[in-house]
Amino acid sequence: MTKSFGSVVAVDNLNLDIAEGEFFSMLGPSGSGKTTVLRLIAGFETATSGTIELRGVDVTDRAPFDRDINTVFQDYALFPHMTVAENVAYGLRVRGVPRARRREIALAALESVALAGFGDRKPSQLSGGQRQRVALARATVVQPKALLLDEPLGALDLKLREQMQVELKELQRSLGITFIFVTHDQEEALTLSDRIAVFNAGRIEQLGTPAEIYESPASPFVASFVGTSNIFEESAAHALLGVSGTASIRPEKIVLAAPGTAATAGIVSLPGTIAEVIYLGTATRLLVELADGRRLTVLEQNVTTRADHDRRGDAVLARFATADLVSLGSVG
Amino acid sequence: MRLSSTARAVLATVTTLVLAVIYLPLGVVLVNSFSTSTTLTWPPPGFTLEWWGRAFRNVGALEAIGTSVQIALGATAISLVLGTLVAIALQRYRFFGRDVVSLLVILPIALPGIVTGIALNNFFRTIIDVRLGIFTIIVAHATFCIVTVFNNVIARLRRTGTSLEEASADLGAGIWTTFRLVTFPQLRSALLAGGLLAFALSFDEIIVTTFTAGSGVTTLPIWIFENLFRPNQAPIVSVIAVMLVAVSVVPIWLAQRLAGADQAQH
Repeated sequence: MTKSFGSVVAVDNLNLDIAEGEFFSMLGPSGSGKTTVLRLIAGFETATSGTIELRGVDVTDRAPFDRDINTVFQDYALFPHMTVAENVAYGLRVRGVPRARRREIALAALESVALAGFGDRKPSQLSGGQRQRVALARATVVQPKALLLDEPLGALDLKLREQMQVELKELQRSLGITFIFVTHDQEEALTLSDRIAVFNAGRIEQLGTPAEIYESPASPFVASFVGTSNIFEESAAHALLGVSGTASIRPEKIVLAAPGTAATAGIVSLPGTIAEVIYLGTATRLLVELADGRRLTVLEQNVTTRADHDRRGDAVLARFATADLVSLGSVG
Repeated sequence: MRLSSTARAVLATVTTLVLAVIYLPLGVVLVNSFSTSTTLTWPPPGFTLEWWGRAFRNVGALEAIGTSVQIALGATAISLVLGTLVAIALQRYRFFGRDVVSLLVILPIALPGIVTGIALNNFFRTIIDVRLGIFTIIVAHATFCIVTVFNNVIARLRRTGTSLEEASADLGAGIWTTFRLVTFPQLRSALLAGGLLAFALSFDEIIVTTFTAGSGVTTLPIWIFENLFRPNQAPIVSVIAVMLVAVSVVPIWLAQRLAGADQAQH
């Protein structure tokens, strides 16, 4: 399908097949079209051309309230004039479930997201993480066929975000329904997803499992957007590495060795000097400047506590296996 | 920001002066309503409650109040319905001529009353041939009362955004259910504030009223204007004026409080 706003093509000829029960992430920078795709699936936007099918049924022209899909909004969109329980029961209320019955279901749903006893509060009295859970309970209580999540963890602080990631994954497993998750956080996408679609400029750059996306990125964009990559464009790849086409290597696959270390078959050795050392706690990130001025990012795990001397200016050999190089093809 | 003591003294003096110019005359009216003089001489020669008693027995004044309330309620009701509808249309939908409509809706409050008055008088009498009366005043007042409701509602809609309505639709609610359960509760205090202002605006309007009231319809402002210069009526007018001040302060105060409470909440 395609979606244009005026002359701007937000989603360009997209073709996507999401399996039932899958945790599917749409990853991309802001403005890459991932949120537009989500809004098209939810029915808030109408496609300029193309169709959307849900379990084989064409829902392209159906209004949002007529689709068996629910959304967890980025800002949660809880109704501020209703209590938490009324919020959760809203979907049941508009479906005509009797008052007592829907309150019962809502309270059970709140209990399942660890919010028992919060039913009579107003959303404004809850913390960000609690609101997030209410939004989840509200969207899942009507048992949708798929749940859409629009950067649901974006507003939470790091610790809470990590905790919610675990809870989301558990929730998805226990409900057994499809989760379609939009995020610009590559780590979140890698952690949670069964499959990831990497978006760029309204197109899918790559579609695959987290390991596929990370280990064999299909384009320079994916290689640099998902994790960090040292990219050698065609001429440099040929001169330094002896391979044809653009190639990239992940920082953690590079090992620094003392100058003069003997060459080994299948291992590339590039001489350089350490330009910058950044201590990250679990690891240390180093920038190694090669003879031609190019800088390589290297990640060293801090497996031992080492005496900290200033390593800037040290001459080293950056070594990595040619087998770890990822070919990104020829780019025009 | 810190101000020097001279600057503070100057600002305090100017503020006091400006407020005094506004409120001292009102105080004079209040004092006059208890004065024994019938010609509003100053200083008042003595104290009496006679005018207050007479005002409450004055059939003309009481009828005028009744008429004004009726007109203000009518104009407010029309403004609430139409103002809300046009605000939703302009804020939630994109259509050809949207900016023009927006300008045309707000314009009447800036138009000189005398122009509105003459235009409507002409329109009612010669073009559609309607007898001037309470109904024509209500319609005339509604033209500018809509603006206060419209402004309040559109500001609220802009602030609440569309995500609550989208959430409602997403959870299975149709357009009307969404309006009833989500949009309207969000607008409630904005409607109250806009409605109170519309009521106050209509209640003391005199220029447009003069042109659109046929003979025999006397609103309170018209009654005051007619009686101010009649012998022995001036003190009663003062009493009515004091009551008007009291009555118009309440809606404004309520409207302000509602707006303030909302801001604290959002």
